[in-house]
Amino acid sequence: MRRAALTLIALFGLVWAAAAYEPGEALDDPALEARARAISKELRCLVCQNESIDDSAAPLARDLRLLVRERLLAGDTDAQVLDHIVARYGEFVLLRPPVRPETWLLWYGPFAAVLLGLGIIVWRVRRKPASGVNPALSAEEERRLRDIVND
Amino acid sequence: MIPELGHFALLLATGLALYQAIAGYLGAARYAPALMDGARNAALAQAAALIISFGALIAVYVTSDFSVVAVAANSHSLKPLLYKVAGAWGNHEGSMLLWSLMLALFGGLVALFGRRVPPTLKARVLAVQGTIGLAFLLFIAFTSNPFDRIDPPPLDGHGLNPLLQDPGLAFHPPLLYAGYVGFSVTFAFAIAGMLEGRIDAAWARWVRPWALAAWLLLTLGIALGSWWAYYELGWGGFWFWDPVENASLLPWLAGAALLHSAIVCERREAMKAWTVFLALLAFSLSLLGTFLVRSGVITSVHAFANDPERGVFILGIMLAAVGGSFALFAWRGPMLRSNAIFAPVSRETALAINNLLLTAAALAVLVGTLYPLVIDAMSGEAISVGPPYFNLVVGALFLPLLLLVPFGPMLAWKRGDVAQAALRLWAAGGIALAVGVVTLAVQTKGPWLAALGVALAAWLICGAISDIVSRVRWKGGAGVAFARLGGLPGSVWGSALAHAGVGVTLLGIIGATAWADEQIKAMKPGEQVAIGPYQVTLEGVGAVTGPNYSADQAVLKVERGGELVRVMRPERRFFPAGRMTTTETAIHTTGFADFYTALGERPEGADAWTVRLHYKPLAPFIWLGALIMALGGLLSLLDRRLRVGAPSRRRVAPAAALPAE
Repeated sequence: MRRAALTLIALFGLVWAAAAYEPGEALDDPALEARARAISKELRCLVCQNESIDDSAAPLARDLRLLVRERLLAGDTDAQVLDHIVARYGEFVLLRPPVRPETWLLWYGPFAAVLLGLGIIVWRVRRKPASGVNPALSAEEERRLRDIVND
Repeated sequence: MIPELGHFALLLATGLALYQAIAGYLGAARYAPALMDGARNAALAQAAALIISFGALIAVYVTSDFSVVAVAANSHSLKPLLYKVAGAWGNHEGSMLLWSLMLALFGGLVALFGRRVPPTLKARVLAVQGTIGLAFLLFIAFTSNPFDRIDPPPLDGHGLNPLLQDPGLAFHPPLLYAGYVGFSVTFAFAIAGMLEGRIDAAWARWVRPWALAAWLLLTLGIALGSWWAYYELGWGGFWFWDPVENASLLPWLAGAALLHSAIVCERREAMKAWTVFLALLAFSLSLLGTFLVRSGVITSVHAFANDPERGVFILGIMLAAVGGSFALFAWRGPMLRSNAIFAPVSRETALAINNLLLTAAALAVLVGTLYPLVIDAMSGEAISVGPPYFNLVVGALFLPLLLLVPFGPMLAWKRGDVAQAALRLWAAGGIALAVGVVTLAVQTKGPWLAALGVALAAWLICGAISDIVSRVRWKGGAGVAFARLGGLPGSVWGSALAHAGVGVTLLGIIGATAWADEQIKAMKPGEQVAIGPYQVTLEGVGAVTGPNYSADQAVLKVERGGELVRVMRPERRFFPAGRMTTTETAIHTTGFADFYTALGERPEGADAWTVRLHYKPLAPFIWLGALIMALGGLLSLLDRRLRVGAPSRRRVAPAAALPAE
């Protein structure tokens, strides 16, 4: 975010206003407004770097915030609002990428890694001690152990 | 004169790094004490040369020598002294020199304190450090010389980005870089250990303090950066899952895993290959972070293309370091076997699961950060991966991790006893459950997930207390118990504190997000707004002037139940040097909650001002927890059993009869 701010300043000499979400945008119905804020946090500000429209001070973000509220007032469900905006701006606008084959790695990769790791741990725990290894410590090892313990 | 001195010292350091690398490798390979001593001395001299070079850089900034390009581009004669100094590393060239300085300082510390480390291993560690240092010094010399001159010099500089003119940010990069670069030592130990064919308990004992030091510096650096974002950017956010932030979180996660796996390696000679892998990974991720930030490849593919020389150079360094080290690992790793056996329920298994979840979290952050780039490169499709993804996936991985944390220290090595651990933890579990239920009952807003999180935080904190209590036991009276308390090793206190710190941070995150209250209003002078426990009146907005800015300053009278709490003065500052406006928030903190105010714009033609008010319960805990974690790391580091090169034995051992751990 801050890098985004810095880059915008560097590239366009934009003035960095405090942020986002101006007074007067809020809907009168608090329940509807809460939904609007939640949806806003899911949508990317298209001219910013990695900022949601809820965080962004850009005019386009403001337009999108107003559009979200307009659709909610028209009676759309949250999903319909998101669909409406995706239809206009593409999936790039979603900060939570949809689950489809291209994003399986993204969504499932970390959890697959956990399962794989658990498998390895189980395998490692069940492993029998290698034969021929003398479990008793040698005299030298006993001495080193004492050194370490007393240290 | 001074810029030339700095430049000369920089080039001298480059030569010394080259010598350090060659002497180290050759000296160790031929067992030539003279060469190995040479590597040691070169490491010290390189550190000294870079201290001189960096000192010269600060001197040209302080004296506002605008004949130096970087100074003209990033400084200004009217800037306060602190920011003239901090401006030295507030830009690409200076920050790379700071990076190299940190690296050389760590190399110098290894040279000084690694007395117990066998000479060949130490020489190889220094050689690896010298190699990394050489690569970065060449990078600076060829593409990013901070001492380049211009003629004629401009009358005044462009000024440092006002967002960066802040005490928090002045110290954020040095801490962060110290953390990043600290992992170069563990990386170097991993390479040296593999070259030597020696990865054992002693190796892990040498590595662990460096991992601890790097991790604790990184913890402080990240916390400071997040705190800065919180009070400077003006809407109360503290973590944005920005690529730059993720870049610092990645080595932190890998480093946290490394800390824990090194314990297993030290005590049980198990998880050797894994520990080496993590040591390589932590620094590789530090390099990746440096590459992502410095090349600008994440912010914009075009930023990368604008300065391909720098990006490609760092990419080259990164690929060489990562590729080379992991190739070595692929070759030598399979030889790192251990015959340690342990039961399914044991400290070893607990730490293995800790490592698994921490690494998986790092993987999620890494994949999430790079996925848009990869998808774009492969199919040209643009996707976004933002906070909703990271919160969900990292949250899902952290939930089981945090649930299991209190069990870890309670389980014995080799064969633990769940029943016994549960017996020691029932009080903590009971308290956590009660706290969760009460929270669920009394919270007026926020999801049930918040109550779960609070219970989890209580579980972590009480679990840490139980850990200490169960080691002390009240048998024998209070006097004996206190003697035992004093006799507990630093690492026990360290782990208990660090684990409790995670709980404290978690509390802060929940409070600041789930229970926050905000009012964003266009307020006219005299108007009053109620938020949290406070009533806030806008008294008026006046103009004030600072050393290098002019500002609008709001005067907000904050009352609680009719009594004046404080008058708060948030500002909007305009910096003519960069033609930029920043917000200067005013925050009133009770220690348990923040009341956060920021002044926005004045809508055109209106006599009202946009005022942002946030009431954030528990927000200070976010950074308090990080401080506690870092303190835990410090205590662990000071544990004399771990101290590197502490040759004297303890003379009296009052606690020797007690179980140490």
